[in-house]
Amino acid sequence: MRLQLSPELEAFREEMRTFFTTQVPQDIRDTVAARRHVGKADYVRAQQALNAAGLAVPHWPVEWGGRDWTPLQRHIWREEMQLACVPEPLAFNTSMIGPVLAQFGNQEQKERFLAKTANLDIWWCQGFSEPDAGSDLASLRTTAVRDGDDWIVNGQKTWTTLGQHADWIFCLCRTDPTAEKKQRGISLLLFPMDTPGVTLRPIELLDGGHEVNEVFFEDVRVPAENLVGEENQGWTMAKFLLGNERVGIARVGTTKYYLKLAKELARSTTVGGRTLLDDPRMAGRIAETENELLALELTALRVVANSADGKPHPASSVLKLRGSELQQAATELLVDIAGPLSLASFADGGSQVPDQARVSVPAYLNYRKVSIYGGSNEVQRTIIAGTILGL
Amino acid sequence: MDFEFDSEQNDLREAVRGLLERAYGDAEHRRQVTKTDPGFDEKTWARLAEMGVLGLPFAEDDGGMGAGPIEVAIVAEQIGRVLAPEPFVEAVVLAGGLVAAVGTAEQRAELLGPLSEGSSVLAFAHAEPGTRWSASAAGVTATSDGDSWTLTGVKEPVLNGARADVLVVSAVTGDGTALFVVDGDAPGLTRTGYRTHDGGRAANVTFASTPARLLGAEAADQAAAIERGFALARIAYANEAIGAMDTALRTTSEYLTQRKQFGVTLNKFQALTFRAADMYVSLELARSTALWASMVADAGGDVVLAADRARLQTSRAGRHIGKEAIQLHGGIGVTAEYKVGHYTSRLTAIDHVLGDGDFALDRLAATVGDHPTIDPLGEPYAPGAGVDA
Repeated sequence: MRLQLSPELEAFREEMRTFFTTQVPQDIRDTVAARRHVGKADYVRAQQALNAAGLAVPHWPVEWGGRDWTPLQRHIWREEMQLACVPEPLAFNTSMIGPVLAQFGNQEQKERFLAKTANLDIWWCQGFSEPDAGSDLASLRTTAVRDGDDWIVNGQKTWTTLGQHADWIFCLCRTDPTAEKKQRGISLLLFPMDTPGVTLRPIELLDGGHEVNEVFFEDVRVPAENLVGEENQGWTMAKFLLGNERVGIARVGTTKYYLKLAKELARSTTVGGRTLLDDPRMAGRIAETENELLALELTALRVVANSADGKPHPASSVLKLRGSELQQAATELLVDIAGPLSLASFADGGSQVPDQARVSVPAYLNYRKVSIYGGSNEVQRTIIAGTILGL
Repeated sequence: MDFEFDSEQNDLREAVRGLLERAYGDAEHRRQVTKTDPGFDEKTWARLAEMGVLGLPFAEDDGGMGAGPIEVAIVAEQIGRVLAPEPFVEAVVLAGGLVAAVGTAEQRAELLGPLSEGSSVLAFAHAEPGTRWSASAAGVTATSDGDSWTLTGVKEPVLNGARADVLVVSAVTGDGTALFVVDGDAPGLTRTGYRTHDGGRAANVTFASTPARLLGAEAADQAAAIERGFALARIAYANEAIGAMDTALRTTSEYLTQRKQFGVTLNKFQALTFRAADMYVSLELARSTALWASMVADAGGDVVLAADRARLQTSRAGRHIGKEAIQLHGGIGVTAEYKVGHYTSRLTAIDHVLGDGDFALDRLAATVGDHPTIDPLGEPYAPGAGVDA
């Protein structure tokens, strides 16, 4: 047992920290620090800055731009990126379809897509959830029927995050409605969002933002070469994709930044002659949340330091569950620090309310999503009870 | 950074686990042992001594094994796993630890040798009516006459205070809180022992001009040494609590798969399995923190701060898991015959010996503005980060 990082890893961490705080455009980091939505152009600019330095897809196979890092290096990379308020490489590209194509795609698909996917020259969106297939994803009903050299896709997807920016979609479709197990009749197809028959409808969210969409398919013609892997092998890839980077989903660095922000804001808020940070209840809340975050970070470190044999560490299942709860606790804390000023969500230039107070409730409401997506926390509890506790 | 035990540490764990499993694998046997004084099994204590466990954290020159906080954590977890009633943390880590930290070379050899050999049980007499987890003494005063000292006042509750062969006692002097050594048969010493709810033993210890020897070469305020001794004991208790929580959860999970109601086993009820899943989350988060705090102690980091962090996390987890373990069992969980409730009782005791979660939280809250973020692998927890092992 040893607590300290080795000199090599300490240098690695310093290298990451230096890069993220000096080589990623400051204006984009300021947007993330202000907890404002990052627009498409800035997203692309940030990811291309990372990719140029080999820092967008370090977890990919080396042949396609990966760095052959240990899980601990990847953890440090992600942690430092989040702490520095750098927008993370687009998950749909770098954590989802990229690794799937590298693992299951044919050579032609790899050559056609991977470099552009890493560089965000292609923006991907995820065609998974449907109105009647949320946590029960395998119940999806969008169909793809073979017609000569094409597939004809009909149906509807929903919760398609940032689909309005997307050039392409990776889409789970039912290709064998007669399969005995519903998981066995699903395939993964790729097609451009401007293919005739694809319609996108924005879903306005509670925070006033446009983050997710419904996507409708009406006789969308997809060339057969755009099938990934084998026909009816889609579920295997979906599981691979969703299981990828389970550690990153704890988002320790992001919550750490939020708590740092909470302290700064509480210190600069004076009520009744003392700052909020000197209020014992508020200080206690921040200290307890910070301690819980420490416990989560240490659990993540245990997992990454011990996942060399390829098997997921059992404790990794707590990362999503607790990580999402702590992200939410931190955003709630920021609302409570803003207090009555939190009401001014949509104030414009004439208001004196500080920006972080304005954004606090939209961010809090927006972050209700984190315990729902990526396998809801109830799904996580089912997994823990079933696979770890044997219940 | 490495969170794995080395092979020697694994061997230690297996050896201690085997010994304690043989002794207390049968929960009924533990119940019988704890029914009669001194509340633990002298034979098991002797076996732990033979294995070197009772001298684990002490220097070899002082009669110990020269091991460190990681080895202590390993033993403590195994103690917790079967609720072994032997006072490892109390006598070795805390009382012995204070002797090791403050005593002269002569005192260390005199007291730690027999402790390590199992022939002398030490207890730290510090808590006083009217104080809560303070590192200073208030109600027991020390008076000197030349080189000799006498103590007057009351200590309570003193864990294993009646059984102890030697007491390490904190007392108020003109220089602050000093530490003293009092023999069990000293004149003017009255010890009234009783059972604690978790099967242990505690005592009211009353000093009436009781002769005492100063621990250390000269009278000095030892509050900082006590605080540090507390911290190491808190970390050991955190690991003991992890062992206890682990068994409580395992026992609960097994019960859910066996007990039938409404014609099905209880694990068919999601209301119950979800609660068990939450217990697992609490356990693993607390385990990470307890392990980390042990590593901070091993690395020479800020052990008082790390101990508070482990204390807070294990306090919350211990209460959560202890209460849920009983609730998920139902009525059988509150019977003395069945083992799971004893785990809750022990976790409750651990929570109140050296400060509960709110106590730790108050201290952490007081300094929450001192650091923008916590870096568990950097200062002040891991001094010398980036230097080769």
